[in-house]
Amino acid sequence: MNYGIIGYILGWVLTIESLFMFLPCIIAAIYREETGWTFLTVAVIGLLAGFVITRRKPKNTVFFTREGFVIVSLSWIVMSLVGAIPFVLNGDIPNFTNALFETISGFTTTGASILADVEALSKCSLFWRSFTHWIGGMGVLVFLLAILPMTGGHNMHLMRAESTGPAVGKLVPKVKETAKILYMIYFCMTVVQIVLLLIAGMPWFDAVTTAVGTAGTGGFGIKADSMAGYSPAIQWIVTIFMILFGVNFNMYYLLLGKNKLNAFKLEEVRWYFVVILVSTGIITANIASTYSNLSDAVRDAAFQVGSIITTTGFATTDFVIWPMASQVILVILMFLGACAGSTGGGVKISRIVIMLKAVKQEVMYLLHPKSVKMIKMDDKALDKSVVRNVTVFLATYVLIYIVSLILVSFDNFDFATTFTGVMATLNNIGPGLGAVGPTGNFDGFSDLSKYVLMFDMLAGRLELYPMLLLLTPAVWKKN
Amino acid sequence: MRIIVVGCGKVGATITEQLIQENHDVTVIDKDSNVVTDITNNFDVMGLVGNGASYEIQKDAGIEKTDLLIAATDSDELNLLCCLIARKAGNCNTIARVRNPLYSKEVSFIKEELGLSMTINPEYAAATEIARLLRFPSAIEIETFAKGRAELLKFPIAEGSVLHNRSLVEVSQKIKEEVLICVVERGDEVIIPNGSFVLQENDVVSIIASPKKAKQFFDKIGVDTHQAKDATIVGGGTIAHYLAEQLLNTGVAVKIVEKDLKRCEELSELLPGAIIIHGDATNQDVLLEEGTNRADAVVTLTGLDEANIFLSLFVRNSSKAKVITKVDRINFSELMGTFPLGSVINPKKITANYIIRYVRAMQNSIGSNVETLYRIVNNKAEALEFTIKGDAPVLGIPLKDLTLKKNLLIACVNRKGKIIIPNGMFTLEQGDTVVVVTTQQGLGDIRDILK
Repeated sequence: MNYGIIGYILGWVLTIESLFMFLPCIIAAIYREETGWTFLTVAVIGLLAGFVITRRKPKNTVFFTREGFVIVSLSWIVMSLVGAIPFVLNGDIPNFTNALFETISGFTTTGASILADVEALSKCSLFWRSFTHWIGGMGVLVFLLAILPMTGGHNMHLMRAESTGPAVGKLVPKVKETAKILYMIYFCMTVVQIVLLLIAGMPWFDAVTTAVGTAGTGGFGIKADSMAGYSPAIQWIVTIFMILFGVNFNMYYLLLGKNKLNAFKLEEVRWYFVVILVSTGIITANIASTYSNLSDAVRDAAFQVGSIITTTGFATTDFVIWPMASQVILVILMFLGACAGSTGGGVKISRIVIMLKAVKQEVMYLLHPKSVKMIKMDDKALDKSVVRNVTVFLATYVLIYIVSLILVSFDNFDFATTFTGVMATLNNIGPGLGAVGPTGNFDGFSDLSKYVLMFDMLAGRLELYPMLLLLTPAVWKKN
Repeated sequence: MRIIVVGCGKVGATITEQLIQENHDVTVIDKDSNVVTDITNNFDVMGLVGNGASYEIQKDAGIEKTDLLIAATDSDELNLLCCLIARKAGNCNTIARVRNPLYSKEVSFIKEELGLSMTINPEYAAATEIARLLRFPSAIEIETFAKGRAELLKFPIAEGSVLHNRSLVEVSQKIKEEVLICVVERGDEVIIPNGSFVLQENDVVSIIASPKKAKQFFDKIGVDTHQAKDATIVGGGTIAHYLAEQLLNTGVAVKIVEKDLKRCEELSELLPGAIIIHGDATNQDVLLEEGTNRADAVVTLTGLDEANIFLSLFVRNSSKAKVITKVDRINFSELMGTFPLGSVINPKKITANYIIRYVRAMQNSIGSNVETLYRIVNNKAEALEFTIKGDAPVLGIPLKDLTLKKNLLIACVNRKGKIIIPNGMFTLEQGDTVVVVTTQQGLGDIRDILK
């Protein structure tokens, strides 16, 4: 284990986060809020600490998969701990466990809140809460890779541990350039959304916080009723952008390139849109009778489907009161998640598609025991290891889910709350059903359950293994 | 630059490592997904699994925006096909590893017809390197440029040398050899000399010459080249064949010890001038009988690294011969340095170095009409390679009538694969490749050599 490089990179993560923390200070300055001072204090201290740690570069900068995974999981924990401090200091969320839960929920782009009354928060806290989504969406280490002059192919270990999907590749030969391109796309799309929301008549503070929350597919709203109070136009803009941020970013890169048509040939993206259209259709039909006009029904259905499948977690209505069929579809969408290589969470469409193909292959194999058939994706044969990884991932996912479910069940909530509460955190969605629905919150859980759910959020965002590796004693041993 | 490397064997991996260190954007293509995973885990490169000769795969690798494709798979035909397709699909420079002796002979034709920038034969390159080591003592430094076709030999003028106080015109009248003194270093000064330039003691002179002519030149000016007069080669593989050819050409007696009788017969047919011994060289008696302890040089070229190392240690122990050891595996190279093995040669590393040197030369020439730009004589002078096009203002004029810039010299001309050292009466033709040596910076076109 190369502890030197782990410390060094953690130092950089701290520096970057501290720099980002100057943004809420600006908000505080604009609204003349006293609470801004806490952000400034933490930012300055963090910056100094980061500067001291990163001043000396370790001699041995070589690291391997395990260091990559440990760096990523530790980075996220450090980030969350530091990010929670201002909330406690300025009294917006005085309980540290709650503040940490809120921050982890932010960075992991979950959007699950322990706050009963969001609107009571100061503007700078509200902004920081939403902005953590933006940082966490694409990943802070990817950001680091884009700006840090680090050499060596080892950096790919970081990118792979932080990015989502079964097979993380590069867009261009260099990790640094790939990271830059990803952040450029991310940044531009966010800006476009802000502009559109402003045009649609949203106040600028709401527009910025909503846009960064959408970009990271996070879902922290700044209103108690989430998005329900905004005009239909704004709701449609948010719906479309939620869905766009759930798309594999490779598609946007292809769209920027010469062969634009290839972008529409990505199998995963096509499945993603099919699932969205079908679910929206079914839910609309299912809820239409309770609405006075069809356009409202379509809008609510599309918004909720987009919000849940991309694991954003905004809401325009309390879907807990929807008919059962619609609720079940939403729960299934929670499980599916967005595309690989997007900012969304969940199992990811590509994994589901690969798994279904593996199932089909197995059935074929029973019919024709001697048949040989490769599983293909985007017209390319998939490596057997990718298929194996997907199945093992699903097994691990179920395992973590079950263990969390048992631990949380001791809080004695009803079935829907417990079941979807764990699911909403492990998949980084935010709201579930029952007491943790769009209008509810997670404050009712015990501290133990909250820590379990925090672990689930981090595990979900980092795709399980980095967090599991952290709990493996062998990692910390010398050899 | 954007570079695609097809084939990630040892050569491919060595090249990739070097290219990454020099900050190029590298994409690797290999059929074996394990190899690709391995290399992408260790280096900052993009990996693609597939056949590098496929147009689809090349397109995926971004051939349209690529500057150079290096084909280094173990199949000559595949390499050539890769380059051909890359040339058509992306119009980029291409380098192919071509090792079959049959193709090697036709290389200039293949290169011209397929539009290859460079071909490299690892065995031939290794043989050339070994021959060079045998030909000259370490006082003479050798640099290669123009894709390995031209050699620059650098040596100091000793006290009391016949060259002292003589102008270049006098030197050429006296020596009457086809060599060109192209760079003279005097103290910190680097001079591109003209005919009236007078040489002094302690000048460091660089000459361009063919290997045979260089030897005669050194003989005439009284520099002892310590050239080995005979060499024993152990192991009769392809490198041995190329090496024997080159050595025989420069007048070195060659003895090859090979274990396989059939190969012995083949070699005796190919190399009538060499003595071929059929015997197992790992048997000491065979070596002693053939008098390796009296040989000037012993080169161990068997297919087994271990055997080569042991043989070299044995020879080192029992004679004063110059020893050269071929080692294929690069692992433990630091350890190898602690043994008295003489010069250690690694064909794959040599191949990679040749290619890297070309890549550097190509990079230097970006944005100009220069084909390649080599920095020579410790980066103090440049050797630039131009291709003469139909509209060049130098066509059909004898060189002595061209008004060249100061500190500039037309060093050699490559006419259809043949290296010519031009004199004043020489005229350039369309399609020639010209190497210009100069201390002037920023030449971008053949026009720029004129005043």
